[in-house]
Amino acid sequence: MSGSAIPSSVQRIAVLGAGHVGPVIARIALDAGFEVAIAASGSPENLELITQVVMPGAEARWAADAVAAADLVVLAIPLHRFPALDPGLLAGKLVVDAMNYWAPADGVVPMFKGQEVSSSEIVQRQLSQSTVVKSLNQIAYQDLEDGRRPAGSPDRHAIGVAGNDAGAAKLVGEVIDRIGYDPILLPSLSAGRILQPGGPIFGAVLARSQFELAIRTTAVHA
Amino acid sequence: MTTSTTESPRETTGGSTPFPLVLGLDTFGDHEHDARDRPLSHAQTIRNVVEEGVLAEQVGVDFFGIGEHHTDDFPMPAADVVLAAIAARTQRIHIGSAVTVLSSDDPVRVFQRFSTLNAISSGRAEVILGRGSSIDSFPLFGYDLADYEDLFEEKVNLFAELRKGGPVTWQGNLRPSLNNQDVVPFTENGPFPAWIGVGGSPQSVVRAAHYGFSLMLAIIGGSPARFRPFSRLFLQALEKFGREPLPIGVHSPGHVADTDEKALEEFWPRWLNIITKMSKVRGFAIPTMESFRFEVGPQGALFIGSPETVAQKIATNLKTLGANRFDLKFGMPGLSPASVLKNIELYGTKVIPRVRELLAD
Repeated sequence: MSGSAIPSSVQRIAVLGAGHVGPVIARIALDAGFEVAIAASGSPENLELITQVVMPGAEARWAADAVAAADLVVLAIPLHRFPALDPGLLAGKLVVDAMNYWAPADGVVPMFKGQEVSSSEIVQRQLSQSTVVKSLNQIAYQDLEDGRRPAGSPDRHAIGVAGNDAGAAKLVGEVIDRIGYDPILLPSLSAGRILQPGGPIFGAVLARSQFELAIRTTAVHA
Repeated sequence: MTTSTTESPRETTGGSTPFPLVLGLDTFGDHEHDARDRPLSHAQTIRNVVEEGVLAEQVGVDFFGIGEHHTDDFPMPAADVVLAAIAARTQRIHIGSAVTVLSSDDPVRVFQRFSTLNAISSGRAEVILGRGSSIDSFPLFGYDLADYEDLFEEKVNLFAELRKGGPVTWQGNLRPSLNNQDVVPFTENGPFPAWIGVGGSPQSVVRAAHYGFSLMLAIIGGSPARFRPFSRLFLQALEKFGREPLPIGVHSPGHVADTDEKALEEFWPRWLNIITKMSKVRGFAIPTMESFRFEVGPQGALFIGSPETVAQKIATNLKTLGANRFDLKFGMPGLSPASVLKNIELYGTKVIPRVRELLAD
């Protein structure tokens, strides 16, 4: 399992990936008061203008520097790039896996092909020295900002948080809550399969009650 | 959370634009049904699209675009052929792709086809290049979805070279190189307008600016206002690359009928049907009436309703985004030709004049 220490609290977040998803996560994390660094595959220079305009307040850095300084790392790269990512880069870190695998739309990625486990279990297997929590994968990036609501709002939406390490999942849940969603904790990465493409929750913006209903209904039919 | 999420989209606008207002229509060749809801043939649907393009000119629409698709719901793989037929029967309207899936096409061929269209139409052709959010062309032409980004990057690079005119020398990894080669037909009056369709990636915005293409924001879900930073990013990136400002457009789906109720009633079952099919392919949950209502509302990406409702929404979003062009993606698989023609007529005769009026001050 993981050989990493879970931080006592999260203040600094590194977002890896500056495509569709990464900048949106960076922005909502900044809004929630976190310190945010963003990195893509290349030099931070290429990201400076994008960061300034689209995520003002975030810092564009080299991936290694962003990760080293972070309490929590969000993986938001295209999944087919994941096999080439050096696991050593993320060793000892709490990692939120926001990626998804759906071959019909994104192509076949051999590392993930035909597996009966959740994609995050494969990510965890690969990142053996990190603690992986599956979250932020299920709401479409275009809905992630507008879907936020303050704590206690009657129409607050929910985001699933699945992890094998209960402490890590709880910590990620607190981040989700601060960002503006009700965290729904799932007991394992394997249970996080329900959050994936093809499942009843993926791509939907649901209130806690609808979310829990979808989980119960699916469990009955499974 | 420390920031309100209900910030008004009008608080800051994307900035004013120096470019003339352009109001266009786009279709994907949506497979039409007759009045008794029986599917027309693909061939009849394509002939209807030609008539729709001709009507668009007659009612005062500025641009008619056709988006490449490869399915039974959207049997429109050769948009440029259909555009040529429209060009032959019109004099004024601009015509173009919306989009050309460049990732699975050959940039040289795309350039040749659209410079030919430009010749036929005496300079009215435009091309909007996209990676294609609809990925049907990849297996058809033997491309790997895993190469999605690399294919687009390299092909946009070559297309930018071709568009400059003159002999081309180019080298890449995914296509044979060109060595001082003429690519005909030459254009009469410099490069024809070229755009890049951008979904939600800021890196694509910077890419468009880098190559000197105009920016077409494809807003098909969620709040249009969230694209506001992209307009600023585009203008700042152009400046960084030492380029003059370029137009910014918005492409969104919608439907216009005499009343809001009629428009919603015609559109909803067709939309539900197609989005349900897409949900299965893309793996997301089937949308609900609630999510549809949100998209139709002021914060959503669907432009559906009476001419007044749609005109207000277009004007508001053009101001918010600092854009000078709006292309309404009309039609939906299963709609009848009558309802589609009515939509085009109302868009040209009612929506366009009203948007011009709303943006005049």
